[in-house]
Amino acid sequence: MGVGIEVTSLNAWYGTNHTLQDINLNIPANHATALIGPSGCGKSTFVRCLNRMHETNPIARVTGTVRIGDLDIYKDCKPVEIRRRVGMVFQRPNPFPTMSIYDNVCAGLKLNGYSNHRALDEIVERSLKNSALWDEVKDDLKKKSGASLSGGQQQRLCIARALAVDPEVLLMDEPASALDPVSTSKIEDLIFQLKSQYTIVIVTHNMQQAARVAEKTGFFLNGRMVEFDSTHKIFTNPSDKRTEDYITGRFG
Amino acid sequence: MRDEHKLRAQFRTVEDGAATGLAVLATVLVVAPLVAIFIYLIYKGASSLTWSFFTDVPRPVGEAGGGMANAIVGSAILLALGSLIGVPVGISGGIFLAEFGRGTKLANAVRFTADVLNGVPSIVMGIAVYSLVVVPQGHFSAFSGGVALGIMMIPTVCRTTEEMLLMVPNAVREAALALGVPNWRSVLSITVKTASPGIITGCMLAFARVAGETAPLIFTAFGNVGWSERLDEPIAALPLQIYVYALSPYDDWHRLAWAGSLVLIILIVVAVSLVRYVTSRGVLKGAS
Repeated sequence: MGVGIEVTSLNAWYGTNHTLQDINLNIPANHATALIGPSGCGKSTFVRCLNRMHETNPIARVTGTVRIGDLDIYKDCKPVEIRRRVGMVFQRPNPFPTMSIYDNVCAGLKLNGYSNHRALDEIVERSLKNSALWDEVKDDLKKKSGASLSGGQQQRLCIARALAVDPEVLLMDEPASALDPVSTSKIEDLIFQLKSQYTIVIVTHNMQQAARVAEKTGFFLNGRMVEFDSTHKIFTNPSDKRTEDYITGRFG
Repeated sequence: MRDEHKLRAQFRTVEDGAATGLAVLATVLVVAPLVAIFIYLIYKGASSLTWSFFTDVPRPVGEAGGGMANAIVGSAILLALGSLIGVPVGISGGIFLAEFGRGTKLANAVRFTADVLNGVPSIVMGIAVYSLVVVPQGHFSAFSGGVALGIMMIPTVCRTTEEMLLMVPNAVREAALALGVPNWRSVLSITVKTASPGIITGCMLAFARVAGETAPLIFTAFGNVGWSERLDEPIAALPLQIYVYALSPYDDWHRLAWAGSLVLIILIVVAVSLVRYVTSRGVLKGAS
C-alpha cells in the first residue's frame, strides 16, 4: 500500500544554482499527483529529492525535511533503503541492455541479494501483469533482451522493474514524453490502475496528461511551487495569476 | 529541365562510385600489410613446420631437426602469468578511474601515470624488472618475465576499461541506483557487465601486444635451450628464441626462426578468437 509524503521547507542546489526554493507540500497516499511547469522549473529536481537520487550528482546539495510514511528520509535511513521503498521511472526508457526481460524485471531483487527462484517467477509475472506487458512478452521472457523491445514496451518494462521491488511510492519523471500516442495512452491507463495501490508522483510537460491522470496537481515556476490544489481547481479556477497564465498557454 | 535532372543524377552516381572506390582502396591499404606478412611467413616458415617443431626442444648446432616446444610452452606460461597480473590490476584501475575517482586528483594522477607507462620503451621495462625482481632474487626466472609482461599490459587494459565504462549511458547507472542497489554492486553487476565486450577487446589487444615482446624478456625470463616449466628458473619464450635463431649464422636455425614467427602469429590469432568465441556466449555475453 502507498504512503503519504510530507515535504517541509525543501531547498536544493546544483553547485551555486538554487534550483528548489522552500518547497512545502503534502502528497496524499494512494493517489496520483501531477507536477507541471515549464522546462527548468525544478520539478524533476523535486522528484529526485524524494528518493535521494538528487545527491548522486557530486555538486548537488539539499536541505529540509521529507517524510515518507513514518520515515524522515534524510535523517532516519541510508539512500539505498529509501530507494527500495520509492520506485522511479525515468523520462527515457532505460532497461539494462545486457539482461533478458526476466532479469530486467527482477534486477532490483537479485542485485539486493534476493534469490528464491520460485518466488522470483511469481514476482516477475505479477509485475509484468501490473505493467500491462505480460501478454506481449510472456513467451520470450528469458530469450529476448530488454533492449529488443519497442520504446513503449521498454518503458512498461521499466515500470515492471520498479514495481517488482514492491515500493510504496512510484515517481515518474515525464514517463511518456519520449513515446508515441498509443504507448502514452497505455502508460496513462496504467497509472490509473496503479494509483489504488501506490502513491504516484508524475512529472509531466503535458497539461492534458496531468488533467487526465491526477487528482492533485502542483504548478512549479523558477524553483518555487506556485500552487498546489486539486487538479480540477488548478485547471478550471486557479487562485494564482501565474498558474492561469501557464495553463492558458500564455507562456511556457 | 528534365535533362538537367538526368545530368545531376548521373553525376551523383559517379560521385557515389568514386567514394565507394576510395573506401575500398583504404580498406585494402589497411589489410594489405597484415596479409603480406602472413603470406611471407607461410612462404618462409611453413616448410619447417614439422611435427617435431611442436614436440622437440632445440638440438645443438649441426644436428638436424629440433623444435621449439619449450619456447611455445614458455610463452604460454609467461603470457598466462602476465595476464594474471595485468588484467585484474588494469581492470580495477579502469573501474576506479571511470566510476569512483572521477574528477579527483588521485584519478588524474593515475591516468597520467598509466599514459606515461604506456609510452615507456619495453627494454626499459625489462631493466626495471631486472633490478626490482631479478637482482633481489639472484637469478633469472619465468616469474620475473611474467611480471614484466604483466606491467606492460596494465596501462592498455586500464585505459580501455575506463573508456568503455565511460561509454555506458548514465541512465543505466541511474536505473540501478534508483532500485536501491548499492553503488559498488551497480558498478560491478551493471556498468562493468554492460561494457564487458569493449573491456575484453582491450585485454586482447594488450595480450597480443606483449605476446610478441622480446626486449622485456631478455633480462628477466632470459631464455632456456632446455625444457622448463618452473617459475623460478629461466624459461624459453618464442620471441626470444626467434631473436637468437634469426641472429645466428646457421641456415636451418633461420628456417626455424621463420617457423617460430609463424607459430607466434597463429597462436595470437587462435587465443584472441577463442576468447572472443567464449565470451560471445554464456555469462559474459555483453550488449549487442
